[in-house]
Amino acid sequence: MKLSTKHLLGIKHLLPEDIKLILSTAAQFKEVLQRPVKKVPSLRDVTIVNLFYENSTRTRMSFELAERRLSADVLNFAASSSSAAKGETLLDTVNNILSMKVDLVVMRHSASGAPHFLAQHIPAAIVNAGDGINEHPTQALLDAFSMQEKFGSLEGLKVAIIGDIMHSRVALSNMYLLQKMGAEVTVAGPPTLIPKYISEALGVRVEYNLKKALQWCDVANVLRIQLERQNQPLFSSLREYSLTYGINKKLLESLGKEMVIMHPGPINRGVELDSDVADGSSSIILNQVENGVAVRMAVLYLLANREN
Amino acid sequence: MKTILSKEQLALTIKRLANQILENHPQLQNTVIIGLQPRGIFLSDRIVQELQKLVDPSAIQYGKLDITFYRDDVRKSLHIASNTNIPFSIENKKVILVDDVLYTGRTIRAALDALLDYGRPSKVALCVLVDRRFSRELPIQPDYLGKAIDTIFSQRVTVLWNENDENEQVMLLDN
Repeated sequence: MKLSTKHLLGIKHLLPEDIKLILSTAAQFKEVLQRPVKKVPSLRDVTIVNLFYENSTRTRMSFELAERRLSADVLNFAASSSSAAKGETLLDTVNNILSMKVDLVVMRHSASGAPHFLAQHIPAAIVNAGDGINEHPTQALLDAFSMQEKFGSLEGLKVAIIGDIMHSRVALSNMYLLQKMGAEVTVAGPPTLIPKYISEALGVRVEYNLKKALQWCDVANVLRIQLERQNQPLFSSLREYSLTYGINKKLLESLGKEMVIMHPGPINRGVELDSDVADGSSSIILNQVENGVAVRMAVLYLLANREN
Repeated sequence: MKTILSKEQLALTIKRLANQILENHPQLQNTVIIGLQPRGIFLSDRIVQELQKLVDPSAIQYGKLDITFYRDDVRKSLHIASNTNIPFSIENKKVILVDDVLYTGRTIRAALDALLDYGRPSKVALCVLVDRRFSRELPIQPDYLGKAIDTIFSQRVTVLWNENDENEQVMLLDN
């Protein structure tokens, strides 16, 4: 058994078998991370470059830790402190790095499709760590892993994705993945932050009323309001957003049911999530972060071990 | 195709291995059994069943180890990992590693590396059902042995178990 793809560019073109293979391999790596020595020698002859054209703390650290736990050699590249600032093109930068014998490229870029472009031009395997407003596949995989861990299966699970659906690559990757694995998805948020034809295009339900969405779902995946990605204000104020779409303990208690709260981080406390929810008993936010390392180890392991 | 051990011989061999382990580890004191995934656990399950008849079952510490991530041929082909479950400390314990067929010795080399990541056992012994002697690529020998056989590279040894293969015997296949 192996992945049907050479790169992990997005969830869109993955098969359900690929997703199952990644999640089951991640479960084995999660066990590795509980050992006294949290490291295996699997990729000790593999060199990986982390190419980050956009700021990131959690994803970059998670990838780097996953790479080191697999014993890979790791190179870090941040666009802000590199020749990219001098005007070097993406392809030139990558070809220069690859001439140093790099096997795998982990890449984040603010332009949607940047890793897809690169995949057509270089021989190394590419892992998309977030491209513009397109996809963030490893986040969706770790979200799925965390849900599966909590509920046993994704089949028939009801997941509400709440917030800025328009600008969120986490939302798009999650919608693809969850539906491939048999879960039901509702997106919820202000009409200005939900693409108009999303239910026709992606087969998800749309709900503008937060309470109704929460009433319906088993899991709420709450997204960060991405102020830096909005060229124009799409709601009148953060305070108004928080009053209409913010989740607090009182609201959760008024539902009279158990549910799970997720968030890809970083949290805008008091905007989309109140602290009493983010740190409360229904939150699995820190489990998501923990699982992120195991899931990324699985992706890197499966992509690096190729038979050609 | 040739039968190396019939079902009846297999049952006797497993009984003998369990008794030999007890001979060296009275009451399994300070001793743990660890089966190697995926095929070694059929043998270790059986040995543990036998041991349960001979000593206090609650004294038996039994774990399963997958060595996929420690293989030295990871870049040549992709291997899918099975579960590892070692729900106890192996620090200063005597560990008996159990696998079905000892061939090149590379699996056991990887198993030793994997095992040491769980702690520092005071001693590690190896128990195998079939030893394909003269095929070793590393200096590794069994301490408890079902049967030693002489084979050539093109031959294959297959151990069949009721739980998995609906048949039970050890066979030598010519390819």
